[in-house]
Amino acid sequence: MGKLKYALFTGCTAKQSTPEQMLSTMAIAEKLDIELVELTEASCCGASHLQDYDDFLSLVLNARNIAYAEKHGLTMVTICNTCQLNTAMTKHRLDNNADLKARVNEKLEEVGLEYKGTSMVTHFLYAIIDDFGLDKLKEMVVKPLSQFNIAPFYGCHNIRPSELQNETHKTPESSYNPSSLDDLIIACGGQTVDYEEKNKCCGFHVELQAPHTAAVLTGNAIAGATDGNADWMVTPCPLCHLKLDTQTGHASKAIGRDVALPVLHMQQMIGLALGCSSAELGLKHHVTEVDFA
Amino acid sequence: MEHTITTQEVNFKVFRFNADEDYLPYYEDYKMEVTSEEVVLDILNRIKWDHDGSFSYRRSCRHGICGTCAIKVNGRSTLACKESLNDMVETFGSDLVIEPLSKKRAIKDMIIDKGDFWEKNDAIHPFLISHIDEHPEMECAVTPEQANALNDADLCIQCGACHYACPVMEINEDFFGPAAFAKAYRFEADVRDDAHTTRLLELNEEKQGVWDCVKCMECAEVCPKDVDPIGKITKLHQMLFAEGVAKSNVATRHAVGFAHSIAKRGVLDEGELVLYSEGPAIVKHVPVAVKMLTKGKICMPWNMPKSDNLDEIQKLVKSSSTAKF
Ligand code: SF4
Ligand code: SF4
Ligand code: SF4
Ligand code: SF4
Ligand code: FES
Repeated sequence: MGKLKYALFTGCTAKQSTPEQMLSTMAIAEKLDIELVELTEASCCGASHLQDYDDFLSLVLNARNIAYAEKHGLTMVTICNTCQLNTAMTKHRLDNNADLKARVNEKLEEVGLEYKGTSMVTHFLYAIIDDFGLDKLKEMVVKPLSQFNIAPFYGCHNIRPSELQNETHKTPESSYNPSSLDDLIIACGGQTVDYEEKNKCCGFHVELQAPHTAAVLTGNAIAGATDGNADWMVTPCPLCHLKLDTQTGHASKAIGRDVALPVLHMQQMIGLALGCSSAELGLKHHVTEVDFA
Repeated sequence: MEHTITTQEVNFKVFRFNADEDYLPYYEDYKMEVTSEEVVLDILNRIKWDHDGSFSYRRSCRHGICGTCAIKVNGRSTLACKESLNDMVETFGSDLVIEPLSKKRAIKDMIIDKGDFWEKNDAIHPFLISHIDEHPEMECAVTPEQANALNDADLCIQCGACHYACPVMEINEDFFGPAAFAKAYRFEADVRDDAHTTRLLELNEEKQGVWDCVKCMECAEVCPKDVDPIGKITKLHQMLFAEGVAKSNVATRHAVGFAHSIAKRGVLDEGELVLYSEGPAIVKHVPVAVKMLTKGKICMPWNMPKSDNLDEIQKLVKSSSTAKF
């Protein structure tokens, strides 16, 4: 296998409120010898809100982001579930509608770009599973996480709608009984926690307009993981992370029970197993203290 | 290829409850040999016919048309008559839990009180509201393109699978829910309907309306008819802006704020988005923001990233914008 190389769409969150995710992404890429070419020209994907206001603009902007990955001739890798959904949804719509693609390209032409449909768009989680391989990862583990019960939190926008999501990676995932994160936990030597909320929503996208709903969903998720005996949680999405890590106060109030668990990005979990230091993984940036590493 | 029928043993854990007699629900276990040809409804039938004649569930057409047989298997809302057991075993293994769509609304075993579903359905005026010329000169023709605008919203069989899978329904009892939204879209998109703004105004209201959807995609995932309710909710959002119904509130400003932020720096300015959305109400976010600040999770304005080739983005925002607020 040659060296793996991807175009990295960081999204906005990794560059702002979850700096630890950016740090740990780069740290494990180095350990795994994966080359990530950052798409510094990319804009925000609209986070599943822009299209509510202006669908066409959202398509054009996302198509532009993908066009830059195409220019590199690389698969685009995302590190945020919602970036993944928005980008993959754009790709799906353009690849299946020649007329829409032509209209979008008419705009991109104004800035000298073209969307061709030649680059895949996949979440880093699946790139690791499909291309790097969990067996190989397992061999590289130097600090197995065997003393930990780890609750996977998948996040909606990486698993639903499954028809679309399964177009973006090779290893099939069932949205009702997903396994990718569980498999990753096991590859890192940890024990997985099975709990009802692992494939449910954390409420992030209505945090401003429906704070109670958002807080209850977050509270339920942390409570479910706690009752499943989890030492900590792990997620592939910085938005889920923000919600589960920083909103425990509101969540506890909303469900009438004090809940809080350390939440790691999947990159941090992999990094721990590969022997990265807590500084390399940015563990000091968590609001809910990571007290075990 | 020759068609072969396989059999396997499956353990069913079945929800039982009779509101007239039982104080609490309980689960009954059944071990059965099932064949690769069977659907979940066959199992419900076999429980009733071979084990317990009092076992109750709804079904009628057995062809995915009447919408009565929706239940949950291992938490997944599904039409019993369409769902193959093989697929269920493949997804969940050989221990299957059979439950009604809503345990708290159970009347008898799989049968629930679907009253809340119909109330929400009625609330969005699920019919054409049209000023009909009583003496028309010609037929009221709908072109194929106009019919296509319904985007399959008319395929809904009102099974309730999405309604009882939606996480918001559990928390916010005013929420209309995915099925009602899909139905509302079905009429909003119909060229013969004249109620547009009236219906949209109600869909724009806080708590009950489209802004309270958390975008979890559960409804699209469970729908046996591929109605894609969340896709319809997105279209309703767009209609609210297009028809000028969307009032300035935290939800609408949140959606519009992305366009502003992108036009300014390509990437999102998270802090500015919250400020733009909330206005003075931003003070309520201060306690969490302070915690985030001490952990280095808040990007200072002078460090705020910008996309490279920002001029391209700005040009595209100008040339490709189709909405106004
Ligand atoms: S989803 Fe969030 S992180 Fe991803 S690009 Fe959009 S705003 Fe940025
Ligand atoms: S609400 Fe949470 S779980 Fe759902 S898609 Fe958004 S970040 Fe992911
Ligand atoms: S996407 Fe919205 S309507 Fe659909 S199930 Fe989720 S919260 Fe409910
Ligand atoms: S939208 Fe689909 S899942 Fe929801 S009630 Fe209609 S047919 Fe059933
Ligand atoms: S029995 Fe009619 S839809 Fe299943």
